[in-house]
Order: sequence, then structure tokens, then C-alpha cells
Amino acid sequence: MSTQPDLLHSEEEEALRAAVRDLLTDHCDPAGVLARTESEAPHDAKLWKALTEGMGLAGLLVPEALGGQGATHREAAVVLEELGRAVAPVPYLTSAVVATEALLACAAGEPGSPVGDLLGDLASGATVGTLAVGLHTAPHAPFPAVRRENGTLHGELTAVAAAGAADVLLVPAEDGGLYAVAAAEADVTAQLSLDLTRPVARIVLDAAPARRLGEAEPAVRRALRAGAGLLASEQLGLADWCLTETVRYLKDRKQFNRPVGGFQALKHRLAALWLEVVNLRAAARNAADALATGSAEADLAVVLAQAYAAGVAVHAAEEAVQLHGGIGMTWEHPAHLYLKRAKADSLAYGTAGAHRERLATLADLRPPA
Amino acid sequence: MPDTPAAPAVLDAARLRALTREFLAAHPPAGTDRLDFLRARFDAGLAWVHYPEGLGGLGAPRSLQAVVDAELEAAGAPDNDPRRIGIGLGMAAPTILQYGTPEQRRRFLRPLWTGEEVWCQLFSEPGAGSDLAALGTRAVPGDGGDWVVDGQKVWTSSAHLARWAILIARTDPAVPKHRGITYFVCDMTDPGVEVRPLRQITGEAEFNEVFLTGVRIPDSRRLGAVGEGWRVAQTTLNNERVAIGGMRLPREGGMIGPVARTWRERPELRTHDLHQRLLKLWVDAEVSRLTAERLRQQLVAGQPGPEGAGMKLAFARLNQEISGLEVELLGEEGLLYDDWTMRRPELVDFTGREAGYRYLRSKGNSIEGGTSEVLLNIVAERVLGLPAEPRTDKDVAWKDLAR
Repeated sequence: MSTQPDLLHSEEEEALRAAVRDLLTDHCDPAGVLARTESEAPHDAKLWKALTEGMGLAGLLVPEALGGQGATHREAAVVLEELGRAVAPVPYLTSAVVATEALLACAAGEPGSPVGDLLGDLASGATVGTLAVGLHTAPHAPFPAVRRENGTLHGELTAVAAAGAADVLLVPAEDGGLYAVAAAEADVTAQLSLDLTRPVARIVLDAAPARRLGEAEPAVRRALRAGAGLLASEQLGLADWCLTETVRYLKDRKQFNRPVGGFQALKHRLAALWLEVVNLRAAARNAADALATGSAEADLAVVLAQAYAAGVAVHAAEEAVQLHGGIGMTWEHPAHLYLKRAKADSLAYGTAGAHRERLATLADLRPPA
Repeated sequence: MPDTPAAPAVLDAARLRALTREFLAAHPPAGTDRLDFLRARFDAGLAWVHYPEGLGGLGAPRSLQAVVDAELEAAGAPDNDPRRIGIGLGMAAPTILQYGTPEQRRRFLRPLWTGEEVWCQLFSEPGAGSDLAALGTRAVPGDGGDWVVDGQKVWTSSAHLARWAILIARTDPAVPKHRGITYFVCDMTDPGVEVRPLRQITGEAEFNEVFLTGVRIPDSRRLGAVGEGWRVAQTTLNNERVAIGGMRLPREGGMIGPVARTWRERPELRTHDLHQRLLKLWVDAEVSRLTAERLRQQLVAGQPGPEGAGMKLAFARLNQEISGLEVELLGEEGLLYDDWTMRRPELVDFTGREAGYRYLRSKGNSIEGGTSEVLLNIVAERVLGLPAEPRTDKDVAWKDLAR
């Protein structure tokens, strides 16, 4: 039995959005984000503190008994819409959603248990976690695992998002377990990344001490599914910024003695893009709602959102660059930050094509024999 | 007799339910002639409850119509076959209500609603499609205070069935185009009215061309003031757009449904290329369905958004691409067509008939009711606030426009 998803944003959710947007307006302007990309600290620790310690947002998915807010994916999705709109360099999706979901899948249970304690630490934002699986891994795809010998872990993992900002790494091992490794016990090296605001890193484990948290398979599947589903909201925020900013610029920019935004060739492109963003809003909201309610159709909702979102986000960012003209091609203008995030997001948690392949099974539209 | 009349009961859902039941008790559907029943329903104010008393309504909130309809349906009451008289109900009636004289409202609304008199709309012309205000059908004052109308209208549904038409015509060619138009009710039985079927690319004729030659219209059938026709027509056209959207479809409820079924039932037709395209379109169709559902939820919550402006654009593109894919999927059968016979269908179902018909009929979806190009302009200007198209026609007399 399927009930209708709630595709709207509630008043409380709009209030949450306004609070996050205010904070980002004050503390995450494009010039600051750009400057940070070439600094020693690509992640904005001060902003992270304001979002977590100040507003409690890292604990939205964690039950109150474990130190979280006991909210749902719907609220986390709203936060991600705003973080995407600002291409904010904070490890929210990777820590407060993906790593948190992996822990929630482990037999968390009690406050005071190792998993429960770690969830509390992540919920407070004082500890940042990341799932040590390549960012490009789809929820249904195979994922790498490291060797476990004499109680320690050995191996190399690449393209792990936000590993540079993490205090604790959640590592799948060949014995089927998911292990917690302190980042200080691992060799974490930033990889020069396409996405300047969510760089990936290589992790080398050489006899790293590790604590077993639970079964890797269900934890990784659940974590990646939530990551994929809520990534659509980040992509929505990103696409909406690109559209809004491009429309604003084209009303202002004049060539041939008139605003460039008055040329029909450009108006039609922007109207078509608006339509895509409107569609993405419904698809992203549908995925967040399905995850929040634990709907039997959550798999389908996530796959649908990810089969649609990347195309819109990349299209929006590419249109932003093209329609800004020369300035859009400069390092100085923030459009490239959005393009790089959008393109990296199109790989994150599986490409649209990978999700369509999964859809063939879920919607019973099988491939040719 | 009491000195003062009792205060009227509040028109809430309970009161309307009670009124409907009283009406049903007095006019049991089983033992009442269909037309008598519909006329009595109109006279009881249960036809369209938001209309004024005496004109088929009770001055109640429009949302309460659902209460009445549910009671009537449960009692097995006949309806007025709204699909057959959509133009009358959706376009002519609100315009007559807003701009008609008391006499016009009394004369036209009752038989319009019961379906005794079918209406059609004489707006579009061969030379005035997207630029409807450029229309050239002339109405000139004749002797005896009536108007004499000459011109040609096109894409008129139901003209061959209609008793009446809403008509816009040019009464003053010497002023800019929007200002010289007047709105009339035209008698389709006038000897100067000639209706010819307009055969379309599907082989059939849903629509008509209407030739008007010396048609005489009494001034008492003018709606609104002389020269105010464009403003009156906005009421008609706005109500046309209200009628679009709001339909709630299940998953695979639209054009994607037949293709998905064929795909599942006939594995021998599958190719890798078609598979990729089908999956993409399935995603687009399902996302579009969710967007429509979100729009509906916004309306219910009393927060209508601008999203509706885009729904028809998406609808047209999806119908065209999906039906195009379906013809290819069918392989050898895609070379065939079900029926080129010139017919006059009374009702049109975009997903009816075979794939070839769907492919051809959907070409009209991006033209009828506002072309996709005009709709993109509307989104760009009204939703995104981008500058309007440069206008060279606003201050030029209609007679001096390029044509």
C-alpha cells in the first residue's frame, strides 16, 4: 500500500531553511569559499562549528536518546539544499548523513555502547566521520574492503570524500565487518580533485588499530542510499543558485543596447532550465520524504531522483558558465565552483546511468536478452 | 407568519448535503427523465453551487461542489456529460456570468449547463494564432441596430454540433489591435454561418473551419462594451488555463503506460538503444507526474505556485518523445497505421488508438492552447521576470499592421 508522498516544505522546514541561509549569507560568501579552495584548510571548520555546535544540524538523523535531534531526512534535505546553494565546504553530507547512517545501521542500541557513543560524537559535530568508500560508489554497486590481520587493518582506499576533514574513518574490511579507525592512525593524503569544495583523498592503512562496529554490507548499503537520496537536494540547491544568479545577471548585463536577458534565444533556455529545476524539486522532495517515512518505495524514489538530478545540476552549472559569457570562464567568478561540484556530484553515489540501470529492475523494464 | 424571516442557514458542507438529499427525495433519479432531472437540479441551485441563486447556484464556496457531486453520484443521478459541453462550461459560462446582462444570463446559462445547447468558440483565425489580438473578422453596425459579421475562424471544436458560439470580432480597425475588438454571442444557425470539417494529420477532423458571411447579430447579443472584447476574452482564456492541470494520474498513467506495457509483454522488440531511451523517458514522465502532484498539493494548501505555467510544456514534450519512441519500438508494425478514414470524433483521447495515431496527434500538444514557444516566453517573463519581447504593434492602428 503506498500513500501519497508529502512533496511540500512545511512551515518549520522553511524556518530551518531561513536560519541556515542567514548563517551562510554571513559566513559563506563566494569570495571566501573561493579563497579557501587554495588554502591549507579546504574545509571551513568555523562554519562547521556554527552549523553543528551552534544549530545542532549534524544530529538531525540521530535519535534524541543518542544525543541527536531526532529529526528526519526531510529536515536534513533542507539543510543540504542550502549548503548546495552556497557550495559550502563543510562535510555535512559525508558525516551527518552518510557516516551517520552507516552507524545507525550497526546495532547501535544503547547510549554508552561504542556505536552509540560515536553517533553522539558525530551528532554534536565535535567529531567528523566519513565512510571510507569511493565517492563514486552507487548504493547497489560493489565496494572495496581492506585486509584485517592481527586485529589491525591494511590497505589503500581512494576517492574518499572529505577524508581530509574526518576524525574517524568507517572502513569495510574483507571479513565483512565495518571498522572505526581514528584518522590519526591512517595516512590520509588529499588527491587533487575536480571539485574544489569537496575534495577527495587517498587513505593508506598500515596496521591501523580498528574497532569493529557491525556488519559492513547493510551499513554501506543504507549509508549510500541515504547519501544518494539526499544528494539530490544538494543538487537542487546548486541548480537553483545557478538559475537564479544567471537570471539576475542577464537582467543587468547589457549588450546591443538592451539587457541580454531580453533576447529570446536566452529567455527560452532559462525558461527550459526553470522547468528542470521545478521537476528536480519534486523528485528530491519525493526521495527525502520516502527516506524519512521509511517508505517501501524508498529505493525507487532514490533511484528516480538520482537518475534525474545530475543532468539538471550539470545543465544549470553549464548554462551559468555559458550565459555569463567571458566572466563565467574566469577563476574570479564563482560559477566554476558550481560547475566542478555539479560535475563531481554527477559521479557521486553512482551516475545517472547507473541508477537507470537499477531502475530497469525496480520498474520492471528489463534490458534486451 | 413570523414578523421577520428566519436567518438563512449557513451554506456549509452539511447544509449542502442536506439540500442535495432533499432534492434527490423530490426528484428520484430512477423515476425522472434525464433532462427534467438536470433542469430541476439547475433550478435548485445544485448545478454549480458557486454561481448566484437563480443561475444554477447558491452563492456557496466553489469547493463545496464536490459535496453535491458525491451525493448525486452515490444516488446514481445522471450528469450533464461535461466532456461533451466543455467549451460551454469552461469558457462561455464564466464569461457570460461576468459580463452578461441579466437577460443574457437568464437566456443562456440554463440550457448551456443542461447540455441542451452546445457552445463553441470562434477565436482563432488563419491569420491570428499566437497573435490572437490581430484577428481580422469584421463586425460592422448594420441597419436596425444589429451587427454584420464577415470573416473566417479556424480550429473550432464542436462547431458542427453547436447552437451558439462565443465570438470576437474587429469593430474598429482604426485603433491599435487590442482596443478595437468586441465580444459577441453568435447564433450558429444563422444562414451566414458555414461550418466545414478541418481534416488534420491523423486523418480525422476534430476541429472545423467556420466561414462567417453577412452573419447578423443583434446588439442584445454583445457581451461587454464595444471595444472591450479583448478584456472580456481574457476571462474566457484564463478559465481555459484553469481547466488544464489538476488531473491526478497514477504511475504510468500517461503516454508512457502503453509503451511500458509493450516493452514488458514483447521482449523480442527490445534493443539496447531503445532501452536507454525508454528508461530516460520513464524517469522524465514519473518526475513530471511528481511535479504535477506537488503542484496539486500546493493548491490544496492554498499556496499556488507558478509551476503550473510549465506543466503544459512538459506534457507536450513528453507525449511527443514517448509516442515517437513507441513507433520505433514496434518495428515492422510501426510502418502501419490503424485508420486514415476521415471521421468526426466527438471525444478525443490522446492515448487512445494506436501508436501512430498517438505520435501524430501529440504534435498538436505543443500548438493547441498556446504554443510551446509562447509558453516559454510566458515563463521567462512572468516567472523569471526577464524583459518582455520588443513590441512594434502596440501603438499602431490594426489596419496599418504588417500582414
